[in-house]
Amino acid sequence: MSKKLYIARSPRIAARMLGEEMLVMSGQGSTLFTLNPTATVLWRAADGATPLEEIVGRRICTEFEVQPEEALRDAEALAEDLANHGILLISEEPISGQPTTQEANSKPDAPVQVTR
Amino acid sequence: MSALLREMGERALQLGVPFSAQLDLTYRCNEQCVHCYLDHDDHGEMTTAEIKRLLKEMAEAGVFILTFSGGEIFLRKDFFEILECARSLTFCIKLKTNAVLIREAQAARLRDLVVESIQISIYSHRPEVHDAITKVPGSLRRSIDAIRFLKSQGLKVILANVLMTENMQDYHGVRALADELGAEYTLDPTITPKMDGDRSILDLNAGETALRHLFRDELLVGNADEFCAPPPVRQEHDGQAHSAESMDSLPCSAGHTACYVSPYGEFYPCVQFPLSCGNVRQQRFIDIWRNSEQLKEVRSIRLRDMSSCSQCAHGSTCTRCPGLAFMEGNMRGPSTADCEKSHARTGIPSANLLAKKESRSMPRLVQIQIVPAITGSRLSGIAAHQSL
Repeated sequence: MSKKLYIARSPRIAARMLGEEMLVMSGQGSTLFTLNPTATVLWRAADGATPLEEIVGRRICTEFEVQPEEALRDAEALAEDLANHGILLISEEPISGQPTTQEANSKPDAPVQVTR
Repeated sequence: MSALLREMGERALQLGVPFSAQLDLTYRCNEQCVHCYLDHDDHGEMTTAEIKRLLKEMAEAGVFILTFSGGEIFLRKDFFEILECARSLTFCIKLKTNAVLIREAQAARLRDLVVESIQISIYSHRPEVHDAITKVPGSLRRSIDAIRFLKSQGLKVILANVLMTENMQDYHGVRALADELGAEYTLDPTITPKMDGDRSILDLNAGETALRHLFRDELLVGNADEFCAPPPVRQEHDGQAHSAESMDSLPCSAGHTACYVSPYGEFYPCVQFPLSCGNVRQQRFIDIWRNSEQLKEVRSIRLRDMSSCSQCAHGSTCTRCPGLAFMEGNMRGPSTADCEKSHARTGIPSANLLAKKESRSMPRLVQIQIVPAITGSRLSGIAAHQSL
């Protein structure tokens, strides 16, 4: 993918942090997932306005010590996977009005604790 | 329940998180079911603002599965406003309703608000039986119409079939109705006492013979011989009826990962466990969850602490409800309704039932007519015997 991508949390999911894990239930068939640390970082940062490339540069590369190109490639694949499960929305344009959901039991400004 | 959901429940237990909660929005109801345990008068329900604040506190505390129930939830004029708030806080939302007030428009809104499931009380496939239980003519027709509206929106519907003397013969019909409507089916053969302690409605409970037939119905239980197998006899000779692991097991999730809040803000371990632990109007939800002495006591109870159940053959396989035990007078004691189910299922009486039988067969004490010459201490002695 060469175009700029934007990602937003789907308004059709249930989600909650449980310890260090993000628990997500998709509106599609009530399917339950737990997100791994990378997917959790991506999901939290998915505000519909920040390009995926920027999220990867700011959050993934610094947290996981990976090269930007490789990280972006992996993030795009992950975002597509999450979108296929109805957890994320992907667009080549900013996604307005997203997210409509709040992440209630986490502090947005707190550093994300991840392990590789 | 999926394996992942079970695993998350176990994780929540380790972390001390209230993973699931039921919030009754009102006790008012548009049906007057013969077996209902509630007082339907409004004694001061929480306002919209109070409920929204509570929902935020619940989300912050980690509640994931949130069940809205009642009373009839659609009698609250602010119901959809509350539901929108819950949606924005990313709960997994379940509803319990009689569905009488759900038409096409309401069904579409429930779809838009991504409700996970809607559980609807259906007592019989026959209007004359269902409507006699709800005391509302035409209620079965309205509920079935609502189920069709909900299904046409792609929503998950569960028919909840509470069984009692009035409808014991109709569960096959309700199950067939669920199949026809594309709904799931769940059955509960337990009538519980009223929340104020009134036990008169327990007479509606299906008797032992009916339960025995129910538990041997392979359409419901699968392999009946397996389902009705006697509890395993422990071989070890350490004087304990159950393994150490079983003796340390938890009775159920009430107060451990689950809780209940009434329309008046009262906080209980479970809807069926009327032990008040605080009120969310006076305290934060998380403070009650973490600090309530009542909840701490509930959490401390293990099978080994239950004098009767720990010695009972059914102890580690029984569906004992601690809330029903509490309503019988002792949260560490047996729940007779569950003893009766274990007995009906396996043919083996529980320790509690045996003790009750034994006490009934003891020679009755002769009541002594009190004469004026008897002293106060003697009077006490007689009174004690009479109460045996």
